[in-house]
Amino acid sequence: MDLDLDERTTGFRDEVRAWLAEHVPRTPLASFDTAAGFEEHRAWEAKLADARLSVVSWPEEFGGRDRSLLEWVLFEEEYYAARAPGRVSQNGIFMLAPTLFSHGTDEQRHRILPAMARGEQIWAQAWSEPEAGSDIAALRSTARRTGGGWLLNGQKTWSSRASFADRAFGLFRSDPEARRHHGLTYVMVDLRADGVTVRPIPQLDGEPGFAELFFDNVFVPDRDVIGEPGEGWRVAMTTANNERGLSLRSPGRFLAAANALVREWRGAGEPAGTAERVADAWIGARAYQLYTFGTVSRLEAGGKLGPESSVNKLFWSRLDVDLHETALDLLGPEAEVSPEWTDGWLFSLAGPIYGGTDQIQRSTVAERLLGLPR
Amino acid sequence: MKFLLSEEQDRFAASVDDLLANREVDSATRAWARGEHDEGRKLWRALAEIGVTALGVPERYDGLGASDLDLVVAFDRLGYHAVPGPWTDTVAVLPALLDDELLAGVAAGDTLASVAFGPHVPYALDADIADTRVAVDGTALHIFRPASRLSSVDGARRLFRIEPGERIGEADPGRAFELGALTTAAYLLGAGQWLLDASVGHAKQRRQYGKPIGGFQAVKHLLADVVTGLELAKPLVHAAALTLAPRDVSAAKVAAGRAAHLAARTGLQVHGAIGYTGEHPLGLRLTKVRALRSAWGTPAFHRARVLESV
Repeated sequence: MDLDLDERTTGFRDEVRAWLAEHVPRTPLASFDTAAGFEEHRAWEAKLADARLSVVSWPEEFGGRDRSLLEWVLFEEEYYAARAPGRVSQNGIFMLAPTLFSHGTDEQRHRILPAMARGEQIWAQAWSEPEAGSDIAALRSTARRTGGGWLLNGQKTWSSRASFADRAFGLFRSDPEARRHHGLTYVMVDLRADGVTVRPIPQLDGEPGFAELFFDNVFVPDRDVIGEPGEGWRVAMTTANNERGLSLRSPGRFLAAANALVREWRGAGEPAGTAERVADAWIGARAYQLYTFGTVSRLEAGGKLGPESSVNKLFWSRLDVDLHETALDLLGPEAEVSPEWTDGWLFSLAGPIYGGTDQIQRSTVAERLLGLPR
Repeated sequence: MKFLLSEEQDRFAASVDDLLANREVDSATRAWARGEHDEGRKLWRALAEIGVTALGVPERYDGLGASDLDLVVAFDRLGYHAVPGPWTDTVAVLPALLDDELLAGVAAGDTLASVAFGPHVPYALDADIADTRVAVDGTALHIFRPASRLSSVDGARRLFRIEPGERIGEADPGRAFELGALTTAAYLLGAGQWLLDASVGHAKQRRQYGKPIGGFQAVKHLLADVVTGLELAKPLVHAAALTLAPRDVSAAKVAAGRAAHLAARTGLQVHGAIGYTGEHPLGLRLTKVRALRSAWGTPAFHRARVLESV
């Protein structure tokens, strides 16, 4: 067991650090949940891609660098430490792409991934429905067979980035006779297609970070189905584990925030009242980093990401909220006028809800890791 | 980077498990608390035979000169089975304080040590039966005599006030202290894991309202939080063994103490009244976890050390 980095890895990390130091915008971009900010972030994705830093762990043929999972984790640490812009493309690169790598065809990968890596196509997720939140298998939107493809009907909601995104991916019921997890199909759909209506929904910060999607006989060609029709649940589980597990919340985010929190605490004269919580936030971020190193080592030794990803999500979602609450308590009356912390706080509040609520994750841990009865 | 225990370490842990699973450790612990040490000494010698007492001793004194991580692997299992006795003092701390041939006795399993380490470890564990008694005062080492016995919340922790005696030398006690805190963290982690396993086993068997209580979400969710705490404390303990840096040791001690404490409190709640009885083995761990949480540095001390070094 060791935590040593070889020369190839440190060389890569140093390159990333130097590039970010030179290129990260001095003033933060506008929120990617505004029309203007969305395009600024899209341009940033292109800039990252020009340096071949947008998707470092992907194969080179799709715009990546064939870097290891460990190097991806280190990339993320550098990225957050440099306070680089949020990834407007995260739904695509962290959720859809792993699904395409596991279940897509060569044609799909070549058609979709390079454009995703450059930010030319930005993806929204389309999981939840008005009657299917935690109980995602209760979804009712349909995909009906038609010549050369499928016709989508129904409604999706809480669709992150959909207000301005180009395309979306999600599950639709293709076999009306089948129940629950059966008869679902994993579909990619153009949000500009005929029959799609996008209704932006403002989030807590007032910006339309998600949207409702209405589908009225929207045509989707066969080539935009991932995996076999009717097998969508199994296909989607790849994505779900990625969302809960390694990808959407890399340890870099928490380490950067925890280090910033310690600096704030020091700057405030090391108040005793918050010392315990500040220390716990830092310890939690370090624990999550090391836990991730362990997961990466396990995966690189041939292991798989299973229900442990629920442990992961339970931990970081709580850490993120606690860390930001601590910062706000530390700042006192300054807190409410400190967007560098309130933005992160508002963002953190979504963590225990999306990707399966923390209550669902606890049940998953209890049933699948501990073997308690359903 | 490969942040995984080696196969040898996994095998070593399994060999400690195999040895202890066949013995009445809890009975030895209860006897130990009454001041009857025979069963516990037998366990000590059995563990010495598979190398546990030799881990921290240099090869020149017939030890194994093993890594700090190997020590952690062993202490995790000692904690799991809640083996009584001055393990941290003897196997982890003493070899880092002394360069002396009496360590050969430690390696062989013949010598038990008791260490007082002011201000964090003011009372000496098992000082009445220890063959070697050392008090650390700054960089000075003294021998000491046990004075009055104190009653610990954990009956198996037989603690004594000390009467310092002759000065026997100087040492840089830094490494010894880190190893004391680190092996205590590892012991806590193991104890927490036992508490979780026992609670899960109980929740699967105990039926109320016509079904196993482990089928109720209120119980499931409590136990899921225990898993999360333990799983995220473990890598901190392993990393601290690799670096032995004060910051890392302190982070490990805080996290392992908290995770084990949650496992103990949750374990008691899941077991209900049976867990509150003196007959059930849960209590042996619950009180030990409470005591160890503040041994070798309180959570507040360790948190302060983390903040100093970030």
